[in-house]
Amino acid sequence: MMAGSNRRRIGLIVNPVAGLGGRVALKGSDGVEIQQKALLLGARPEAGMRAAAALKELEHLASRIEFLTYPAEMGEDILRAAGYEFKLAGRIRGGRTDAADTREAAVRMTQMGIDLLLFAGGDGTARDIHDAIGLGHPVIGIPAGVKIHSAVFGTHPRSAGELARLFLEADGLPLQEREVMDIDEVAFRDGRVSAMLHGFLSVPVVHRLVQAQKAPSPVSERAALQAIALEVVAEMEADGLYLLGPGTTTRVVATRLGFPKTLLGVDVVSQQALLAQDATEAQLLALMSGRRAHIIVAPIGGQGFLFGRGNQQISPAVLSLVGKERISVISTPDKIFALHGEPFLVDTGDPDLDRALAGYVPVITGFRERIIYRIGC
Amino acid sequence: MTIRDIPSERYQDGRPGLRRFHQARWDEPIIFELSQSGQRGVLVPQTEDGIRDQVGNVLDTLPTGMRRTAPPALPELAQPHVVRHYFRLSQENLGADLNIEIGQGTCTMKYSPKIHDQLAASPKMADLHPLQDERTVQGILEILYRFEQILIEISGMDRFTFQPAAGSAAIYTNASIIRAYHASRGEAEVRDEMITTIFSHPSNAACAKTAGFKVITLYPDTNGYPETAALAAAVSERTAGLMITNPEDTGIYNPRIAECVRIVHEAGGLCAYDQANANGILGITRARDAGFDLCHFNLHKTFSAPHGCGGPGGGACGVSRELERFLPVPLVSRNGNRYSLDYDLPDSIGNLGPFYGNIPVVLKAYAWVMSLGARGLREVAEVAVLNNNYLLHRMREIPGLSVPYAPLRRIEQVRYSWDELTRETGVHSEELGVRAADYGLHYWTSHHPWVVPEPCTLEPTETPSKADLDEYVAVMRHVAEEAYADPATVKGAPYRSTIHQIDHGPLDDPSQWAMTWRAYRKKIARSRSGSTPQGSDQQP
Repeated sequence: MMAGSNRRRIGLIVNPVAGLGGRVALKGSDGVEIQQKALLLGARPEAGMRAAAALKELEHLASRIEFLTYPAEMGEDILRAAGYEFKLAGRIRGGRTDAADTREAAVRMTQMGIDLLLFAGGDGTARDIHDAIGLGHPVIGIPAGVKIHSAVFGTHPRSAGELARLFLEADGLPLQEREVMDIDEVAFRDGRVSAMLHGFLSVPVVHRLVQAQKAPSPVSERAALQAIALEVVAEMEADGLYLLGPGTTTRVVATRLGFPKTLLGVDVVSQQALLAQDATEAQLLALMSGRRAHIIVAPIGGQGFLFGRGNQQISPAVLSLVGKERISVISTPDKIFALHGEPFLVDTGDPDLDRALAGYVPVITGFRERIIYRIGC
Repeated sequence: MTIRDIPSERYQDGRPGLRRFHQARWDEPIIFELSQSGQRGVLVPQTEDGIRDQVGNVLDTLPTGMRRTAPPALPELAQPHVVRHYFRLSQENLGADLNIEIGQGTCTMKYSPKIHDQLAASPKMADLHPLQDERTVQGILEILYRFEQILIEISGMDRFTFQPAAGSAAIYTNASIIRAYHASRGEAEVRDEMITTIFSHPSNAACAKTAGFKVITLYPDTNGYPETAALAAAVSERTAGLMITNPEDTGIYNPRIAECVRIVHEAGGLCAYDQANANGILGITRARDAGFDLCHFNLHKTFSAPHGCGGPGGGACGVSRELERFLPVPLVSRNGNRYSLDYDLPDSIGNLGPFYGNIPVVLKAYAWVMSLGARGLREVAEVAVLNNNYLLHRMREIPGLSVPYAPLRRIEQVRYSWDELTRETGVHSEELGVRAADYGLHYWTSHHPWVVPEPCTLEPTETPSKADLDEYVAVMRHVAEEAYADPATVKGAPYRSTIHQIDHGPLDDPSQWAMTWRAYRKKIARSRSGSTPQGSDQQP
């Protein structure tokens, strides 16, 4: 429990323009032009209200916490209205807030020392927080943006607040590295979904809450990943060359083999050796020359993309050399169920190859376990 | 002071509303913690001198290896303390005899007639010993034989065993028979993949894996049942079989079931029908008619024997003539008017447990079937389906609730979704179910993983009256409306229950879970300061 004398410090960053584009169907709020267009179309800033809803969950802890925040609409206003104690960590440059302010606020707060960073925004805000502070600090997102594809947000502002409360009440809650996703808004407005895995943030996980969100507990999540790694390694050919796609699921396979793994890159391993890290397409093709290669890939969270998002190094040329039968898809069952029946997607840039990859695939979901799932294109 | 008119307070337009309920709370320790050294429930009289001189110490006849060197560490209590302890515990739950037991979907929590417990407890049953000569137990053997004939008629199978002690043991039996079948054809090594579906009871995957198979799971299509194209993609020369429920835990009947069976048969696999819960199809469809090679029933679900803590359970496995030789031994045979135990099955998979299974459970199930007759059995299914569809019809009127896949009609149960309510209020399904406990009801969400988001699985069976169903709906409606109006109240529930909210985390953590007193002492009590409480029941 919280020590009575030790106040816990929470960083709070509100992206006041988050969510502006949603109600007026602009599919996002990145960029000053879009924000102004949204305001002209009648959008009202809601991020502050959503942050306030989350903070309501912390009311009874008020005397034991202190906030670090940024001026005016970036946090100060709602903390003042709610009656919380706070200090300002810096100033907004140039009068109008933008992504640079979010990044600078996050850096300053972590330098001054915080136990937890709460931010209200969408995928773009999560991306800025990630760029500023990476994996080093516990972060909880209050959903307030148009695009919420990242796995760092509470399902509801109140859930985010509740998660923060439980994190503060209990000492040493487990952290999970959860995906920060972003969609290319320009493409999205043209009707194309182009999701990117941007990186990972450390998010506290409380069983009762995350269970209700259909995610496994940290213990069972870890066990599920270990079981997948066991199965993959058990099925590996002794002299085979394995291309490990990006993500935390494939990382467990590398760890099992005793190798490090680049989270966003494609690494190449055999059972005995780590042959390349963060390889380019050209490096992959060179390594594969004359050897039988396999691909181990995990769908990226939320979107279900297997190829063509975040792993373009695994190009049509690489895929054609490997062949469909030597592609192993791995995923925890929960990641599959989070797709709500929508198929896995491939967008390699080669429509014929996409069609060839489509169909049913046995997904390795555990030790001696597969789920048959569909790949669309 | 006026006398309260409870019926007029609780009923509006002929329908019951919410109860003013409060659960008992006793702060009752675990029985081991109540133990007081030297207390006794029964003082066994000393053997008279004359007898002792004649017989000596009877314990001397026990083989040395079977004798304890130290007495067992059992709790020591007087009779009234034991009675009081268990009565208090019985008041601290919402058991099947206390609440309108609809919320434990997939468990088929029907009423179990009390007279069947009396039959099973009568000396005629309870005093039988499994090692008695079969000539002295002809009565119970006749009942086993006759009940087997009943299940043969219900399922279309050719032979049954009652040896599995529960549903999972029965599924394991079927998986073992499938393995033995392929081994008899020299294909055990090759055929190591068992196919199941995500909405089949998870015991199918678990037991197949325990029996040594790899498990391949099919995902549902937009109708809620497995895609036949996915099944066609899953089968190969490695396929051992298909283990499937129908209707699945969603209460949706798969109309393509015969095609599924055909696909697996053509690939050389066998098909096992999990009929643990056959409550919606008794007398209407038969496993063998759909082409299945094996099936099983839970006698403690469909056939009314009490379960949960009122158990024990009983599993009945049925097989086709071709698979009879792999059944566990012994089988019960009839020669004229004599019944005998047949151990002569050289290809048998062996034993699932000692002796013949939970025979008192078979007796209860037999009594239940005989009290209903063939037409009565079919009526059970018809009323269970009618009750479920009335409940579905009324639940659909509640805001925030949806009925994924097949919204209009189901067989015997429905897996509802509160996804919309959760997104609008931040209140989760589990929290709604807990809030219902403040009104003397409860529900269970779903097996994990949650394919249906924010699930809630309700199965009324044939037991509840229309008023019972209406009361259940009234509580669900109240809890849902409260989630919209005052979510904090729902999230803070329960308020009128035995205990408040608990952290489920330790249940999922091998380093913390404790299923026994010994494990509790090892993992938890030792880490706490001070000694374990003693005799807290004795305080004034």
